[in-house]
Amino acid sequence: MPAEFPLAWALVFLPWAGAALLGFLPRERVAALVNIGVSAASFLLALLLLAEPVGVQGWTRLDALNLPLVLLSFLIGLTTAVYSYGALAAETLDPLRLRAFHVAFQVFMGAQALALLADNLGVMWVAIEIATLASVLMVGLHGTPAAIEAAWKFFILCGVGIALALLGTIILSLAARPVVGEEDALSWAVLREVAARCDPGVLNLAFVFLLVGYGTKAGLVPLHAWLPDAEAEGPIAISAVLSGLLLNAALQAVVRVKAVVGAHPETVPPGALLLAFGLASVLVAAFALWRRRDARRFFAWSSILHMGLAATGFGIGGPAGHLAGLLHMLGHSLAKSAVFFGIGAAVRLRGSQRIADLGGLCASYPALGWALVTGILAVAGLPPFALFASEFLLVTEVAATHPWVILPLGLGLLVAVAAKIHTLQLLCFGDPGPGTPPAAGPEKLHWPSLGPIWLHLVLALLLGVALPGPLRAMLGEAAGVVG
Amino acid sequence: MGFGQLPYDVAHLLGGAMLLLSFMLLYQRRVAAVVSVLAAQGAVLAAAAAWQGFVQGAPQLYLTALIAAVAKAGLIPFALRWMIRKLALARGVDPALGIGPSLVAGVGLVALAIMVTLPITTGAQALAREDLALALSVVLLGMLMMITRRNAILQVVGLMSLENGLVLAAVGVTGMPLVVELSTAALVMLVLVVAGVFTFQIRGRFDSLDTALLHPHRGEEG
Repeated sequence: MPAEFPLAWALVFLPWAGAALLGFLPRERVAALVNIGVSAASFLLALLLLAEPVGVQGWTRLDALNLPLVLLSFLIGLTTAVYSYGALAAETLDPLRLRAFHVAFQVFMGAQALALLADNLGVMWVAIEIATLASVLMVGLHGTPAAIEAAWKFFILCGVGIALALLGTIILSLAARPVVGEEDALSWAVLREVAARCDPGVLNLAFVFLLVGYGTKAGLVPLHAWLPDAEAEGPIAISAVLSGLLLNAALQAVVRVKAVVGAHPETVPPGALLLAFGLASVLVAAFALWRRRDARRFFAWSSILHMGLAATGFGIGGPAGHLAGLLHMLGHSLAKSAVFFGIGAAVRLRGSQRIADLGGLCASYPALGWALVTGILAVAGLPPFALFASEFLLVTEVAATHPWVILPLGLGLLVAVAAKIHTLQLLCFGDPGPGTPPAAGPEKLHWPSLGPIWLHLVLALLLGVALPGPLRAMLGEAAGVVG
Repeated sequence: MGFGQLPYDVAHLLGGAMLLLSFMLLYQRRVAAVVSVLAAQGAVLAAAAAWQGFVQGAPQLYLTALIAAVAKAGLIPFALRWMIRKLALARGVDPALGIGPSLVAGVGLVALAIMVTLPITTGAQALAREDLALALSVVLLGMLMMITRRNAILQVVGLMSLENGLVLAAVGVTGMPLVVELSTAALVMLVLVVAGVFTFQIRGRFDSLDTALLHPHRGEEG
């Protein structure tokens, strides 16, 4: 393949072309199959990135940090498309809304790829904005009052968030302007080089806005309020891609600007700010988990917790901290989307998403119940899954470098694990309570529903127990990219 | 470039006018008047962008100015007025924080913006740093408006005013790349918010655009 072939842009425009095509397909089944086809083609195209040379190409870049995230995004995009094929029949969407869903899904996938692969921070901002708009549409898709409230809150809070991120981007370019000469003052690669010669005060100001702005999108406390509502509404696929993909793109943006600002020796250490946001998210989410009655909201709060843990990892920095943060993002995406697939199937069968109504899944639907048990164990960060590996790495690194952080971090982890085990018992082993609607006939779950769950869990297991050598090397290198 | 030179003075005047209009947004008691002030702010923003394009010799800023003039001074306020009539929305503002306290908080935010911006940007050009202080004030006042007004249309107006501040900051940075693209992308978001309010017909479902009434629908009570 010639070096000039803009593979990164192909990855952006293939889903967008798919979105344009899906806008004209009236037949639902055909549209769902085309959606799978476009997602599969994008995934195969993403695999080609492995053979691409690392480096900056115009407005895009490819390095060890975004490569695993892009691959994972398109993998989850594919499994979500497969899952949606099985699930959408039960979503009671009229044809127009179904078409809007498919279009928004592929627009989101293209924007996600651009957000991860962008080198120019302005382009990255535009991509995250497009991804936000597409996901707002998916959240509000059902048009019920609750869905509209969730979409509105998402829109307004994230609108403010991305507006602040844009202000941060503008200030960053203001900081770089005097020293950057003729080069692109928004290119991440250029900014990294010149950061040490910029004015530290302006860099600090830029980082505060970028952290709060993209932190909102990454679901970090205190601007996390949109996330539980957004993930409780819309087709279940949106929860999977919000948790698994969009949060990662936003956190990656935070990590990249942290690397820029941290390159100047006299700035307020950006890692400390990120660490504070991360710890706050861990603690708030860990206690909030105990108060949830809605299953999708419960796991949305768990996403806030895990983003907080990843931010803590990036905040303490160093090779081990970055490795823990990145591994945590990957493991969380896999495990959390698997759980959302399982919860979605359970909600479909029981007709309610309240935890009390979902009780006793193992007795009613063994195949689904046990898949969900495994998934929740993985999300809770228990061995042998990837999240255990990353949390273990994180805790040992914290103990070695920031011993005072171990107390709040450990408290948050313990409270959260207990909450998840408690919910696991309620969901999977409790009695199907008296208020439970009777099971609607025999279990009708085919491979499109269960296959993606197990595929994700097997991958999370592999990441946890036997990190393949090349991947390990890549993750180690990624820590160096932003170190 | 400093005080007493024409490029600086005019830019300062236009930025100051935007800040003044941000305060006017806070003390209006009728929604229609708020929309008119927003249109005026859009027009001043267009003038500020065009002036910066002239001073910096950057023709692409004229495009930003043109887009701001057409969309923010013309189309969006027109659409908002039409929606207010069409959806028969409440005409009063109904603030969560009274007009007086809002203005006091606004003055505090402007002081904060100045205290944050001026000391740390001593290395930058005077025009750029004062422009940044003004823009940050406009951004903070937009956020204040979003926080203190319950009515969904006014929250949208707050977001737009906030975004006007962003564009003011962007055009003030000499040689900032992608200004046109970024300001257009931000505008697309605003247009979609407005379209969203209308398509979802929030009023039709909740009998009011008061977002406080939305909270019972969070699905977790009881």
